[in-house]
Amino acid sequence: MAVAQGKAPNETFVLNLGPQHPATHGVLRVKLTMDGEYITRAEPVPGYIHRMQEKMGENRTWAQYLPNTSRIDYLSAMAYTHGYVGAVERAAGIQVPPRAEYVRVITSELNRISSHLVWFGAFLLDLGGFTPLLYAFDDREKILDLLEGITGSRLTYSYYRFGGLYNDVDEDFLGGTREFVAQMRPRLGMYRTLVTENIILRKRLEGIGVITPEQCRKYGATGPVIRGSGIAYDVRKVEPYSVYADFEFDIPVFPEGDSMARYLVRMEEMGQSLRIIEQALAKLPDGPVMAEKVPRVLKPPAGDYCYAVEAARGRFAVLVVSDNKEMAYRIKLRTPSFSNLSLFEEVSQGMMLPDALALMGSLDLVIPDIDR
Amino acid sequence: MSLPEPFRLLAYLLGIMAFVGLNAAYLVWVERKGAGRFQRRPGPTEVGYAGLLQPIADAVKLLTKQVIVPPGADATLFRLAPVVVLAPALMCLAIIPFGPHLVAREINVGLLLLFAFGSINVMAIMIGGWASRNKYAIISAARVVSQDVAYEIPMLLVVITMLMVTGTMDLNQIVRQQAGAFWNWNLFKLAANPLMPVTFVIFYICMLAETNRAPFDMAEAESELVAGAFTEYAGMGFGVFFMAEYANIVVGCAVATVLFLGGWQSPIGILPGAFWFLLKLYALVFSVVWVRWTFPRTQFYGLLNLSWKILIPIALFTLILSSVMLKLF
Repeated sequence: MAVAQGKAPNETFVLNLGPQHPATHGVLRVKLTMDGEYITRAEPVPGYIHRMQEKMGENRTWAQYLPNTSRIDYLSAMAYTHGYVGAVERAAGIQVPPRAEYVRVITSELNRISSHLVWFGAFLLDLGGFTPLLYAFDDREKILDLLEGITGSRLTYSYYRFGGLYNDVDEDFLGGTREFVAQMRPRLGMYRTLVTENIILRKRLEGIGVITPEQCRKYGATGPVIRGSGIAYDVRKVEPYSVYADFEFDIPVFPEGDSMARYLVRMEEMGQSLRIIEQALAKLPDGPVMAEKVPRVLKPPAGDYCYAVEAARGRFAVLVVSDNKEMAYRIKLRTPSFSNLSLFEEVSQGMMLPDALALMGSLDLVIPDIDR
Repeated sequence: MSLPEPFRLLAYLLGIMAFVGLNAAYLVWVERKGAGRFQRRPGPTEVGYAGLLQPIADAVKLLTKQVIVPPGADATLFRLAPVVVLAPALMCLAIIPFGPHLVAREINVGLLLLFAFGSINVMAIMIGGWASRNKYAIISAARVVSQDVAYEIPMLLVVITMLMVTGTMDLNQIVRQQAGAFWNWNLFKLAANPLMPVTFVIFYICMLAETNRAPFDMAEAESELVAGAFTEYAGMGFGVFFMAEYANIVVGCAVATVLFLGGWQSPIGILPGAFWFLLKLYALVFSVVWVRWTFPRTQFYGLLNLSWKILIPIALFTLILSSVMLKLF
């Protein structure tokens, strides 16, 4: 690819990709300096959906902030609530009963699959294939129905509470989840034969948008993005939280670093999530789903507490600073999409526009997660 | 047909315009219904039985919308482009033989005329993209030009091959040569050129690329270029581009039917020729819809590589092969 670097300004032009553009999946704006169809500079301009999520944590009580966490990355709401709830539990020293922890794992993994399915559909849509989206949403619908049954909500669940869960799971959910796991396996096989092995798809993704492990470290990228670059980092394995240490599962890692590797990581992860769900369903203990004696008004002892979870897009860490009051002194959210987006400027340099959009799709950005 | 000459032609031209209009409207319905079936959903169902009145509702809606000419656009060219894109497709249909006698004008250079008019389509999209003064539209226009130039070459090489096999440019004559059972169709004339099916596949791929259909829909590329060259068009201006796309598909498939699938020839000797022609035509059109909803879009340089590195060499080879066969036998 011949790329003209350092051309005179009158030989390039600026193309505003967004904030309203079908490929950015939200209100992300990318200011592209183009030389023909080649990108010489891509400058992401986030902030169009900035909602002061961190500041909001400072002026509402610990419990009142709970619903906000579902709305940061709306596609993996469970994991985000888990991160916040975990941090507050760590701060207040609350012990969560084992049954609640198992249900948290099951619902988080279901949520991860549904998030990856949305990504799968939207990514193929970016590549111009419309049909897989509807197949993916068909599967996702089953997850949403299951989660709706126990949480009453289809997208922003707020299902976890300090010390446990909002309510216990019922037989409908457990039976439905078993059924779903059995149904989903052949579907993944179908996606493999219909989509992954498609020659056009492979040609568009293989060797395109290569991210080196050094770049990943430089920008603090996480999640499937770095696992596609050969770094086997997954919070569930590296610093197991909840009851993840009880399960057997693999971390899919592909060393190529191209868009295809990131694609394959996510497709494999869905299979691994099914494995975790199966084991958790088999081992699910009886007992309460809420810790006893959780004070109605929490006042965690002063100090800094951090809790990290592996959300669908990577490491999501919540740092809460408590000064022994009803509200947090400071809440810091470390969101994966933001650091993954930071890669874009460097990696997209010299790429053609459609390749850069394939790269952006493979980063799986959720815009509220970037802007918070 | 007993009408005197000028009236006969007029009747045919009116018929062709009605045919194109109906096709454009109802191919949208077929496309949406087909897409629905491929995606396990019913498609349009609300307007009329099985959504059959949907195209009419769409057309009425588009007609009631204001045709906006964006400030800064070249107003004349901007308004001209939709006209230029549709007219050649209409012209092409004037020489397509729908049946043994069902043809507006039998011209002995029909094939030449067809591809001469077929190339105007590119210019129209370029004019539209350029006149819009929109960056996405201009990128799309530039893509369309290089894409269509790249695919015109293998397509014309295939057509030259066919010309050598048939020895005439008269479309009706070409069809008459394919009389009899289906093994007399040019597609299966392996004696003239053993690579005939390959030639057909090349023609089909080129036709998809020429009509800017997925997986080669670089002109529209909705996830990259918003709506490509048509970004600034609203109302019926956009509608006409849409109609032209389907008209071009019909023309492309009609040419493929005439050249390779025996045109109006019946494989079993019953039913009128027009029936068989339309059957073959719509079978091809359906395959075009099928391809669109099955494959993702190709990458732009992948598209050009396919043309220059694969299709053109193969098309050249089949050309040489059939000329050798012609000389030897």
